[in-house]
Amino acid sequence: MNVYLRILMVVAALSLGLLFLYPMWKIYLEAPQYPEGLELHIWVNKLGGSSESVLQNFNILNHYIGMEKINPDSFAELKYMPYIVVLFMVTGVLIGLIGKPKLVLIWVVLLAIAGAAGILDFYLWLVKFGTNLDPTAPIKVPGMTYIPPLFGSKQLLNFSALSLPSWGALGIFLAIVIAGVVYVVSRKHTKRELTYS
Amino acid sequence: MLKLTYDFKRLSNRLQSMLLLLTAGAVLQSCGDSDKASTANDSVADDAAQAVYVKPGEHDELYSFLSGGFNGQVSVYGIPSGRLLKVIPVFSQFPENGYGYNEETKPMLMTSHGFVPWDDLHHPKLSRTDGMADGKYLYVNGNNTPRVAKVDLTTFETVEIMEIPNSAGNHCSPYPTNNNEYILAGTRFSVPINTDKAGVADASLAEYKDKFRGSISFIKTNEKDGQMELDFQVLVPGFDYDLANGGKGPSGDWVFFTTYNTEKASTLKELGASQNDRDYLAAINWKLAAKYAAEGKAHEMPANYYHNVMDHGTHKATSNVKKTVRYLLPEECPGMMYLIPAPKSPHGIDVDPSGEYMVVNGKLASSLPVFSFSKMQKAIENKDFDGEVNGIPVFKYESVLHAEVKEPGLGPLHTEFDGKGNAYSTMFVSSEVVKWSLEDFQVKDRLPVYYSPGHLLIPGGDTREPYGKYLVVMNKITKDRYLPTGPELLHSAQLIDISGEKMRMLLDFPTLAEPHYAQAIPADKVAPNSVKFFKLDQNTHPDAVKSEKDVSVTRQGRTVKVNMTSIRSHFTPDNIEGVQVGDTVIFHVTNLEQDWDVPHGFAVMGANNAETLIMPGATQSLRWVPKQEGVYPFYCTDFCSALHQEMQGYVRVSPRGANVPLKFSTGEKKPVPPAQASVN
Repeated sequence: MNVYLRILMVVAALSLGLLFLYPMWKIYLEAPQYPEGLELHIWVNKLGGSSESVLQNFNILNHYIGMEKINPDSFAELKYMPYIVVLFMVTGVLIGLIGKPKLVLIWVVLLAIAGAAGILDFYLWLVKFGTNLDPTAPIKVPGMTYIPPLFGSKQLLNFSALSLPSWGALGIFLAIVIAGVVYVVSRKHTKRELTYS
Repeated sequence: MLKLTYDFKRLSNRLQSMLLLLTAGAVLQSCGDSDKASTANDSVADDAAQAVYVKPGEHDELYSFLSGGFNGQVSVYGIPSGRLLKVIPVFSQFPENGYGYNEETKPMLMTSHGFVPWDDLHHPKLSRTDGMADGKYLYVNGNNTPRVAKVDLTTFETVEIMEIPNSAGNHCSPYPTNNNEYILAGTRFSVPINTDKAGVADASLAEYKDKFRGSISFIKTNEKDGQMELDFQVLVPGFDYDLANGGKGPSGDWVFFTTYNTEKASTLKELGASQNDRDYLAAINWKLAAKYAAEGKAHEMPANYYHNVMDHGTHKATSNVKKTVRYLLPEECPGMMYLIPAPKSPHGIDVDPSGEYMVVNGKLASSLPVFSFSKMQKAIENKDFDGEVNGIPVFKYESVLHAEVKEPGLGPLHTEFDGKGNAYSTMFVSSEVVKWSLEDFQVKDRLPVYYSPGHLLIPGGDTREPYGKYLVVMNKITKDRYLPTGPELLHSAQLIDISGEKMRMLLDFPTLAEPHYAQAIPADKVAPNSVKFFKLDQNTHPDAVKSEKDVSVTRQGRTVKVNMTSIRSHFTPDNIEGVQVGDTVIFHVTNLEQDWDVPHGFAVMGANNAETLIMPGATQSLRWVPKQEGVYPFYCTDFCSALHQEMQGYVRVSPRGANVPLKFSTGEKKPVPPAQASVN
């Protein structure tokens, strides 16, 4: 791998750092009495939102339908995910230094699997929150579940929910694409080198 | 002097003929109501509806702050729509939100006379930076029991009230200087002041001329939070002090006060105070006064007055009692104070945006005298005086007079300016607003208003740069302007477009109680700073409860303290037992919400006060003494959520000496909703 590809590989690894700067996913809620909207931000290591007290406000609204309280402490993922991201960043940089295309491929595949697993895990949480409702809830609508959309929009009673990846997720996307390009280009170079020898 | 006498004769002739006209008018009116309606509508602009229409969901261009007069409150209206946005209680108890009823705000209404839950609020004045309204605070006066209050415009709450000693009827108040260095407050009534003893002295009313004095208070403001401090007073001759306004530009160091009853009558003032053909416009150099006070010219005397301040963090007011006040005597302070002869019993004094002209609205005069500041400076230089009163030099009328606006109308009360070279004056008796020019001092336009205007406002009309688009006139008589509501009617305000050459009537809107003065300011100077809710983690109230886990009910002797929380849609605790007849129960309720517009109210059956309305993140306390045994419900009074009706609880009150233990709870199961202040 030439020096440019090595640099690109390092860039790919470092782009995962976006996960620590921006949320991965955002859920936007809109209702007639929330003209300013309510946003829940899912980070790699925390939950946040459009205001400091957004979780409390989500929970107040959700308790009427018996949804379990969203508490950052109950998500083990928020504790170990940052380590996984750091691990990918460190190994990515090392692979860039070593410069072996095969290692790049393994890194990309593992990262893609980790990303997919993350999305699946997120979806399972949404299903859990949306369906595991307290039977003593004040508001019960027969047959109604409250699974927020994973991607795109959905009407949940008076709330219109919209769910979209955010800049943090772009970090994973960039890492996969750039490292993928590094692998493909370096393969071509290696083939050419092999033909010449 | 001669001229003034002449003016007065002419005026009394005019008044007589006007009375005849009024009588004739009443006869005509009773003949044909439809005629009257058509004349009223003639003056309304064709596109008035469009000019005042603010689409649903859109905001007004300006905030206006109208005094409430005898309701002791300030009403906030949007301009141009005339929509009521808020009522701010200042000197009056307000059952709507518990102001003056709950434990936190009761100290705001404390005075040296005890708890005074009402006052007569006349003049709102916005705080100033560089001669312009800055949108930070609103200062208002309490007329009856002399007080000056400050409203914080980030919360629209009264945050400070200072009692004024040696004053009676704080009418001539409050007037901020161009950078809020001082807020000036003059007394309406002169009273006997004994400099050896605190409070208004005892004297025979027959001794008015010798023993009664007026006072003008110089209230210093702290630049950081605007907090007031009574720096000193100037003890002035025993006249009545009516209104004031500060200079600007070249006259920025001066403040002008109108006086009446220079006759020093103590009875039947209607006549007694109307004998002299001239009274005075008092001019005080506030900078020089401050210098004299700083240089040790001030004396000190005992005093007894309250200073009540609302703390930002605890949201609790505390009262401090001040025991001394400093004072200056004009006779010992040369160059500080002068008197300008002004037509009989003048009312408003208004200084034009350039600071050169002082307009005196002589309510009984037939012309509007306009005095010149530069002429006044020259007269001081040339010692162009016509005697003195209590050692205060009196100018010759002609040496400071710049021009007289001839035949402006009858009963001029107040003037404001549009910043485009025009002045607008209200005529109480002839019921009109009159536009006149500051260049040739000729009347340019007249617009009938309904009926009998008092004050008027042009946004920033008393500042360096008025916002000369609208004029709001506040009328003293309403009669038939709205659907009748029995004998007692709201006062009426009218919005007038002054952007063109001719004034155009746009809108009538009813106002609460009796607005006197009012001020307005472009919305963008206030709206962006408006607080949405209080941060719970910054709440330092000693009885705040920030988590439902920490609620408590404790007894100390015969006092039971309930430290409780409210959040959609329950109180914690909501079952309380062990209270006994005759206990003093204090509910300290913390609203745990951290979202915009989710107040929770709290009321308990039989309480001898009001509810209290608690904003998100705040703590408020309601005192209750149950008089009979039984079970007493309490509930949330503000429709907070879909389950608001369920937001309630019970207190069990047992007979005195019963052995029901103190016990409290909410729900059998785990608490359902969350109760922490914030995430992360």
